[in-house]
Amino acid sequence: MIEYAFKGSKRYWSWVIILLLIIGAGVGTGVYQWFKGLGITGMGRDIPWGFYIAQFTFLVGVAASAVMVVLPYYLHHYKTFARMTVLGEFVAIAACIMCMTFIFVDMGRPDRILNVFLHPTPNSLMFWDTVVLFGYLVLNSVIAWTTFRAERQDITPPRWIKPFIYLSIPWAFSIHTVTAFLYSGLEGRPFWMSAILAPRFLASAFAAGPALVVVACLIVRKYTRYDPGVDAIRALGKVIAYAMTANFFFIGLELFTGLYSDIPHHVHHFEYLFLGHGGHAGLVPWIWTSVLLGLIGLVMLIVPKTRNNLSTLGFASVLVFVSLWIDKGMAMVIVGFIPTPLGYYLDYHPTLPELTISAGVYAMGLLIITALYKMAITVRERDLYPGG
Amino acid sequence: MDEDRRKFLKLAGVAALGIGSASLVKTVNGKERRSGKFPQALEGKRWAMVIDLAKCQEHEGCTLCMNACNQVHNIPHFDDPRHEIKWIWKEPFENALPNQEEDFLEQGVSKGPAVVLCNHCERPPCVRVCPTQATFKREDGIVMMDMHRCIGCRYCIVACPYGSRSFNWQDPHLGLGDINPGYPTRMRGVVEKCIFCEERLAKGKLPACVEACPYGALTFGDLDDPGSKVRKLLKSRYAVRRKVELGTRPGVFYLV
Repeated sequence: MIEYAFKGSKRYWSWVIILLLIIGAGVGTGVYQWFKGLGITGMGRDIPWGFYIAQFTFLVGVAASAVMVVLPYYLHHYKTFARMTVLGEFVAIAACIMCMTFIFVDMGRPDRILNVFLHPTPNSLMFWDTVVLFGYLVLNSVIAWTTFRAERQDITPPRWIKPFIYLSIPWAFSIHTVTAFLYSGLEGRPFWMSAILAPRFLASAFAAGPALVVVACLIVRKYTRYDPGVDAIRALGKVIAYAMTANFFFIGLELFTGLYSDIPHHVHHFEYLFLGHGGHAGLVPWIWTSVLLGLIGLVMLIVPKTRNNLSTLGFASVLVFVSLWIDKGMAMVIVGFIPTPLGYYLDYHPTLPELTISAGVYAMGLLIITALYKMAITVRERDLYPGG
Repeated sequence: MDEDRRKFLKLAGVAALGIGSASLVKTVNGKERRSGKFPQALEGKRWAMVIDLAKCQEHEGCTLCMNACNQVHNIPHFDDPRHEIKWIWKEPFENALPNQEEDFLEQGVSKGPAVVLCNHCERPPCVRVCPTQATFKREDGIVMMDMHRCIGCRYCIVACPYGSRSFNWQDPHLGLGDINPGYPTRMRGVVEKCIFCEERLAKGKLPACVEACPYGALTFGDLDDPGSKVRKLLKSRYAVRRKVELGTRPGVFYLV
């Protein structure tokens, strides 16, 4: 099947070449980072985690969100998702690989990565995150590959795959829960130390991930002869609407507890995030953009007219995705560090090399999605239009 | 234990024929350090430090303790605050001991700076989160750092409520002048911090900062020994610790 990814139109190949160029730039900058050290990024003593870890956190959510198509299809036999499930699983596979790459480029000594397995440390959430993420990648790869191969051969998938599919459902929840635990178990970082962080992560993931799948499906519909199904895309619109509502509700809970209690070390982080402090306001324009885009997107998804129209649904999905990307991929991680444990305020600015490496990782993820989708779509187009 | 070590050394000898003999020798040293057993070593059950803020603040602008530490441990100097490596340094009182300043206005110490360093917590968050046990707590209470095992994930820095840990954002040799051959330099990409001069304790010496302070503002000793200097000071004077509400139980006390 893999050979289908190597046959394509001119347009397909130009897209692949653009991605390969970005990946090349990322790899080159990565080599530079390896020789110079992480000092070439905007991170530092007071902001020890930055853009890389934030992208990792966001993408774990995207990976987990495949469960939003897997669960209705396999647990509730929701046949509308039949042609979409594998597309969701492919996004999860690409997201998992991007997550691991972001962790890898963030390490000071990536050459010692095996120490995590040579000295397994169950009291470290980082250890568990590695385990669950790797497990999720394996699960999704096996499931997607097996079910898709069966589909191509027009047979029902082998029975042994069922338990793996059922296992992948709680596993999806686990990867984002454990990722939230990375943050929420730290007594020295009050902004993250909230029991609602894991549910909030899941809610935002279950909005952002399906939003990405909606956009991917609309692109597939436009540029290929394969249709994942209008009803399926609209159903995802509903999923996004519910998840986004939950996300805003949870943010409201955070704000209430933090601000009403009026404990200085809670209030300070929110103050810096939404208003800035003493001339430092690096995240203020970002967070308000995120809130605005998110609210517009949510309203468009709640109103049936705009949700059911595929163009407005696509637009709303982009708004939601961008909004949540800012929230998690920019704000959430950084604001936990400001003010610092010693009470100082500063701003974080990712550097060009840092952004280039990140772009390279994203391009790699897109390349994986492109190749997997190409494969799936070629097979399905042949089924639908035998003879070409 | 001895038997285990002999077996290990035998294995090491065999392996040395193959690859990385140097790194295995380092592991042996690491094992000895973990138990903290050297014949002439100072021994304690719970090492701690007591800092007399009034005495320290009498000498404004004094940096003797910091200089000694920087010198002994080959700590590089970088101008960019993002890349700074700090084991012991001074912070304004309200930054080092937030929410404790107004209670002690009479003594006046809350107006001046406080020396800060790793607290060698009894329940260290950094040790709890480290995915490779590169940072660990010794039996004598010292929170240690194995810079040969550290993968540079910086989770410990994220977890430390005191900002006491530093990461080598670049090659530390770029910021080093005269190198003390008695202590190893580090490489880029690993975390480091104050280790209560465990290498000096092993030779029967007090930490470099304590020895360097001519005013007796820093006192080092065993918290578990009721007759120790630190215990006597804590008995006679009122002391505070940093962010006690977090339950980390710091081993550095401030007399106010």
